[in-house]
Amino acid sequence: MKRTVARILPLTPATLLLLLFLAGPIAYCAYIAFTDLQLTGQAHESFVGFDNFRTAFGDEAFLNAVWLTLVFTVVSALLGQNTLGLALAALMQRASKPVRTLTGAIVITAWVLPEVVAGFLLYAFFRKEGTLNALLDWLHLPTQNWLFTLPILAVSFANVWRGTAFSMLVYSAALNEIPKEITEAAEVDGAGGWRRLWHITLPMIRRSIATNLMLITLQTLSVFGLIWVMTRGGPSGKSQTLPLFMYEEAFQKSMIGYGTAVALLLLLVGGLFSMVYVRLLRTEI
Amino acid sequence: MSAPTSRRTTHRLAADAGLLTLAAAFLLPLAWVLLSALDPDANLKVKLPDSLTLDNFDAILKPDITFTPLLNSLLLCGGGTALTVACAALAAYPLSRFRSRLNRPFLLTILFATSLPITAIMVPVYALFVRVNLIDTMQGTIFFFAASQLPFAIWLMKNFMDGVPKELEEAAWTDGASPFQSLLRIVLPLMGPGVAVVTVFSFVMMWGNFFVPFMLLLTPDQMPAAVSINEFFGNRGMVAYGQLAAFSVVYSTPVILLYVLVARRLGGGFALGGAVKG
Repeated sequence: MKRTVARILPLTPATLLLLLFLAGPIAYCAYIAFTDLQLTGQAHESFVGFDNFRTAFGDEAFLNAVWLTLVFTVVSALLGQNTLGLALAALMQRASKPVRTLTGAIVITAWVLPEVVAGFLLYAFFRKEGTLNALLDWLHLPTQNWLFTLPILAVSFANVWRGTAFSMLVYSAALNEIPKEITEAAEVDGAGGWRRLWHITLPMIRRSIATNLMLITLQTLSVFGLIWVMTRGGPSGKSQTLPLFMYEEAFQKSMIGYGTAVALLLLLVGGLFSMVYVRLLRTEI
Repeated sequence: MSAPTSRRTTHRLAADAGLLTLAAAFLLPLAWVLLSALDPDANLKVKLPDSLTLDNFDAILKPDITFTPLLNSLLLCGGGTALTVACAALAAYPLSRFRSRLNRPFLLTILFATSLPITAIMVPVYALFVRVNLIDTMQGTIFFFAASQLPFAIWLMKNFMDGVPKELEEAAWTDGASPFQSLLRIVLPLMGPGVAVVTVFSFVMMWGNFFVPFMLLLTPDQMPAAVSINEFFGNRGMVAYGQLAAFSVVYSTPVILLYVLVARRLGGGFALGGAVKG
């Protein structure tokens, strides 16, 4: 009896915090998503069933946000961070030490910077009077107001700039674990760079690729501050991903019930990804 | 020079050139903040200042602009981190030391929670905090910060704790030490670097977080730097880019220094806490 207490007692503070401040809000989320809770002028919310979800799927702004979230995730996480992170890690295997250290330091600094600061830096970079246009002008290429014409691409590039370090670290660790003999043997057998990458390296790090894709997708799904600082979701919703849509519906339009229904959908998608991730790792616990 | 050696050198040079190009692309936005902070007439472009000045720093190093928000950040993130680390250390101990049927489901749940998009629950958290009167309070925000960082902290802490051999504790147990005493006197000191990683990681995550304080705090006096920086170009009319850059530098420096402090463990064997073990 005493032993059981000794084993369970240390778990209680953490469990309480998690139940009260994480599981609690998630349960509450699942409840208010089915109500018409608003911020003002309402004595009691009432239960409206699936109305919020029906509204969402008939709401063009919501579908637009779903589409933009998809674009943002595919472009910035799956294509951008993932590929660039792998390329950086692969180049680092061959590069000289000072270059490796320098590049690593710069890329990681972008990752460690507070979200809002990163947002400002990229805002300055993409603004009409900003660095990118100055650079294009110098190269005699056409310039444009990026945050206005292609806002979703601008915020996607911002997310690549900020998030690539994570994939780079994951892939560097994975590549370091591949025994040298295997790649060298392939090289002796005359396999060129691309074939070695395709037939040896990638299959050997496939579990790292799967976990990395899972984690960066989840991180990208919840990006808020970066986009908020750069565009506030605008102009006219052209960079409004689901977290920003959720925020606008819940607070600027005071429809907490509706906003939460969107949050619940986001949470469900995240939960699905998270479950796959747990399955990938479960053998290691 | 033999043929394979020269080919290897060519490969290295090509890799160096590729990396330097990418590094330059990553450096451009960073260069803007560093140069503009020292530039008396900074704008949005990266440019070398005609003259260097510390006026931008002078202008922002004032109580209401910089010191109060930074102090608020320190209170929020310090409090949140202390709570996270204490709870994570306690929770990790039985998970690492004792075999129990509860361990596996508990750890799987924790792992599941580490990757949930916390952004999604901010609206219900806000609604809940309004109900229980925790909205616009430092302690409420600290509790939520701690809870949101806890799953990953427990996970990390448990992995580090597994690395401390059990034999060292068994001697203490035979001398009559309680598990709590052996955790405090033997295990935690032995895994000092691991505790440092968990502490720094939690702190850095909270320091940079914008959405949580943005939602849960309302009074301007309580705002941490993550939110107050927004004031620079939202509500203060004309944007003084030099000052904004200077503030960004002051606000970012602590986390970069802290990161450098634990970087070796973060980059190498740490591999983000085995949470991304492939």
